[in-house]
Amino acid sequence: MQKSLHIDANKCTGCLQCEMACSYENHGVFNIAKSRIKVFNFEHEGRKVPYTCTQCAEAWCLNACPVDAIRIDTATGAKVVNEATCVGCKVCTIACPFGTVNYVAETGKVQKCDLCGGDPACANACPTGAITYVDADWTGLDKMRAWAGKTDTSPRASA
Amino acid sequence: MAWNRKVLRIDLTNGSCTSEPLNMEWAQQYLGQRGLATKYFVSEVDPKVDPLSPANKLIMTTGPLTGTPASTGGRYSVVTKGALTGAIACSNSGGYFGAELKFAGWDMIIFEGKSPKPVYLSIENDKAELKCAAHLWGTTTWHTEETIKKTHQDPQVRVCSIGRAGENGVLYACIVNDLHRAAGRSGVGTVMGSKNLKAVAVRGTSGAANIKDPKAFMAATVAGKKVLAENAVTGQGLPTYGTQVLMNVINEMGALPTRNHRDVQFEEARKISAEAMAEKRPTDGKTHLVTNAACFGCTIACGRISRIDETHFSVVNKPEYWGASGGLEYEAAWALGAANGVGDLEALQYANLICNEDGFDPISFGATVGAAMELYELGILKASDIGMEAPFGSAQALCELARMTALGEGFGKELGIGSARLCEKHGKPELSMGVKKQEFPAYDSRGIQGMGLAYATSNRGACHLRGYTVASEVLGIPVKTDPLVTEGKAGLVKAFQDATAVFDSSGLCIFTSFAWSLADIQPQIDAACEGNWTMEKLGEVGERIWNMERQFNLAAGFTAKDDDLPPRLKTEPAKTGPAKGLVNGIDKMRPEYYAERGWDTNGVPTKDTLGRLGL
Repeated sequence: MQKSLHIDANKCTGCLQCEMACSYENHGVFNIAKSRIKVFNFEHEGRKVPYTCTQCAEAWCLNACPVDAIRIDTATGAKVVNEATCVGCKVCTIACPFGTVNYVAETGKVQKCDLCGGDPACANACPTGAITYVDADWTGLDKMRAWAGKTDTSPRASA
Repeated sequence: MAWNRKVLRIDLTNGSCTSEPLNMEWAQQYLGQRGLATKYFVSEVDPKVDPLSPANKLIMTTGPLTGTPASTGGRYSVVTKGALTGAIACSNSGGYFGAELKFAGWDMIIFEGKSPKPVYLSIENDKAELKCAAHLWGTTTWHTEETIKKTHQDPQVRVCSIGRAGENGVLYACIVNDLHRAAGRSGVGTVMGSKNLKAVAVRGTSGAANIKDPKAFMAATVAGKKVLAENAVTGQGLPTYGTQVLMNVINEMGALPTRNHRDVQFEEARKISAEAMAEKRPTDGKTHLVTNAACFGCTIACGRISRIDETHFSVVNKPEYWGASGGLEYEAAWALGAANGVGDLEALQYANLICNEDGFDPISFGATVGAAMELYELGILKASDIGMEAPFGSAQALCELARMTALGEGFGKELGIGSARLCEKHGKPELSMGVKKQEFPAYDSRGIQGMGLAYATSNRGACHLRGYTVASEVLGIPVKTDPLVTEGKAGLVKAFQDATAVFDSSGLCIFTSFAWSLADIQPQIDAACEGNWTMEKLGEVGERIWNMERQFNLAAGFTAKDDDLPPRLKTEPAKTGPAKGLVNGIDKMRPEYYAERGWDTNGVPTKDTLGRLGL
């Protein structure tokens, strides 16, 4: 079963545990500036939204890369940057419609979410279930269940 | 090590910014944040200093766990001599500012002197410079934060600032960060304003990588988070209802101070409670509460984000207040509401927004309005003095007085001096409900006896965050004690005060202590910090900090006489509820407490006590 990160922004409290976990998993440091997932805070609407790569099936970053530095991890379906090959041209950052591939000045390479090889640290760290790692074919399951629960199926007094 | 080992010293008088190494010997004795910054403060500042003179200093400080994945590890504190109290002040705030300061590579910033003109401090990692704040002076904290982000072309910069209250000398001005988190009490914002320092803007990308044993630390923080998630208060009560979960509980106990402590129960408490915030309004069909929110690293998320009723008289034609924003928390809802007899939730939120926007403490402000309303009802203050009718229960007066206090207009100027000075001025000093010139928070000590002692002996004046015996006396944490008796409270207060000093020095939020004891934070501190951090060592650190603060206050001129409650709480029994007929037994508890602390009968730590603590 292929799995994917599923984000329910309504459950996000803005604690940034996901960003800390991401930076620790991928860089061995506690530094949200190095995180591949970002939480956006829309203060005046009271909304907080975690945002990261959705691992497009037809990945424009991968197609745009002139040196084939972005490959598909067949186990997880993640589009993974091979740092050794990446030349830091940033074309993928332009190609990505969502802005989730970013250049890292310190290394001269780009970075993006690689699903931590199938055990995403952000989902593990999220205290509210705003970020989960679920069956890629059924990311809508919880939403369906919630709406199904609202369906009034009680018998009518008069039909 | 979890400290960055770097202190940023800002001489505002000559404009210099210098880096110096953190005193690691002191870090082993005082841990960080409250303890360590206070050690710096008392070592450098004359206790007799006028809080608003250039000779006073102001320290912004993080703890060793600030900016780490420990749950709630995002706190910072401001240490100075309080403008309201003249006592040692340490005000703690969440949001994201503290973690950002840590990520920039600093443990603390020491501000000294006074800038000749308004400035703000800009920090980008190891670069720090003072910048002109002429265009920000005279504006709100919200405007300041937004303007700095625009000017720096960086939405990720974190800002703390003072509003017009701090500029205008409101004695309980606070320092607001991330729009609605605040280092709230004792007038730390007033001190900042007196130095012509408008704001601090920080961008840090270095992170907090210097953890002693990262693997053990991660394991300890994960275990800690599990405890928080499984606890009824931190796992359910606080995320669902926020601190407002207490409004109906404390009212039922007969410990909700009402109308300047004339009463102990508020007949309209339900209308301003967490439950009311979650009900649909008849006017627009929406709930007051929009969502809960967390500070950096917090897995509890007690924060309230609300939206005011656009049709409410306070905000008609003021769309700038219609967006979602912080509030109401229990303390603000109580101080702006029950303390004045105001049961209009939307009015309380308006006043709360003004407190956030212009940076002043809603507890001291609300309680001062309560005192003014009592002076009005007694005929001592007239409508012509105040500029309006101001009886208990007037939502109109509350809203207008909030605006006037923010701007320093008319009677707002008088409210800005706090209840102690206001009541003194009008010949009724006994009507100020506070200790050491700082107003009480939301628990009446006739119905929760231990809190009377905690207030009277708090080193920063009346405060619930120095020894929250409510946890034990009301919620049964860690053990249930009878709130109506004085027996055993001296030891309880000491234990809470010492443990709180450790939490406040670590970078963690005191709210974790509903679920965590020192035994839960010890493994987290020990895995993060260089040195051997045993339970015994932490307990000693807490007691050492408390005695150090006490020594400063004694040297500043405070005596045992200042460890007392207003006569109302000692002579006017509670009229209703479970505590009916009771007054607070402070005079019985105080000597017991001094003995418990190893202080003499005048409340002075004995040589033995000081020696034992290495002071």
